[in-house]
Amino acid sequence: MPHISLPDHLPGITGLLEYSQDTAAPIRELTQILLRGENSLTQGERELIASIVSHNNGCKFCTSAHTAAADLLLGESETCELVKNDLENAPVSDKMKALLTIARMVQQSGKSVTPEAIAIAKEQGATDMEIHDTVLIAALFCLYNRYVDGLASVTPTDPSFYQYLGERIVNHGYTRLPQGYDHLKKTDK
Amino acid sequence: MAYIKLLNEELPGISGLLTNNPRTAAPLLNLAETLLRGSSTLTSGERELIASYVSHLNGCHFCHTSHGAAAAAHLGCDLTIIDDIKQNFAQTPISSKLRALLNIAAKVQKGGKHVLSEDIAAAREEGATDEEIHDSVLIAAAFCMFNRYVDGLGTWAPEENEAYREMGEKMAFLGYNRPR
Repeated sequence: MPHISLPDHLPGITGLLEYSQDTAAPIRELTQILLRGENSLTQGERELIASIVSHNNGCKFCTSAHTAAADLLLGESETCELVKNDLENAPVSDKMKALLTIARMVQQSGKSVTPEAIAIAKEQGATDMEIHDTVLIAALFCLYNRYVDGLASVTPTDPSFYQYLGERIVNHGYTRLPQGYDHLKKTDK
Repeated sequence: MAYIKLLNEELPGISGLLTNNPRTAAPLLNLAETLLRGSSTLTSGERELIASYVSHLNGCHFCHTSHGAAAAAHLGCDLTIIDDIKQNFAQTPISSKLRALLNIAAKVQKGGKHVLSEDIAAAREEGATDEEIHDSVLIAAAFCMFNRYVDGLGTWAPEENEAYREMGEKMAFLGYNRPR
């Protein structure tokens, strides 16, 4: 049960963002820019960053949602699975491995990022903007993961929920649905 | 020097990053403004103390000192409060409600799952509302982001408290969306 009173029909982050719409607006906008905005990293690559950080923070809700989004964008599920559990052997470019390594360091703390890790990413062709965005995406998910779990929002166990959420992320993005979320209230009584 | 090239290398901490990246700066600053200066039953001074305390726990000198200076400006107290934040508020008289909320913030800093029902119940016993608990968790979570952004890109930070006095006054009285 959540630590505070949240809308019943909106598990995970969605209920929190509806509970506090003033703070949700800039959080949603930042996410939309970082994960959906124009970028030399693909949307799938950026969802891998969100997934590895959420996974290492032990946040099941965010890990499941962003894994679903990454899988849809990449068209397969093996890559994200390996990124989370065996990065060295994941089928991603050396540049992405270097950026995901930086993301993993950011998850631990800002100070954990080493100049060597930055140098390796640059050697593999990562631009300053890509390094910037990787660090900020990783940092943003340290916010999300703590927000979701720190208030004990509901984590659905049904995989089909995350399939639906992944589709919503891929097809609609991170902005608030224009019609709100009342249509998700269960009508069966 | 930061890990990436900045337009203005002289700007410390998050300032150089924000100037470099106006697109992400806008929502980051709006979030800080809403969380720390928007309407709330917690005073801005109390919210800046939560921000500074979490930043200290994350080892982020720039955010700890600048938000400590902002708290001092709001509270009209001496900059030595910045050092007292590191001593878990040994000298500063704070309400038992704020102490319970700071305890929740410290748990959030470790990880969301560290927040226990007992921590929430203790805050409620001191009169904390749902909104105040929500805001404390989100301020703590947001500073786990800001701190990682600042330190993860290797920005520099002035050492002495005094170097943050004017910055703290601007943060407190002009806000985060002030013209730069």
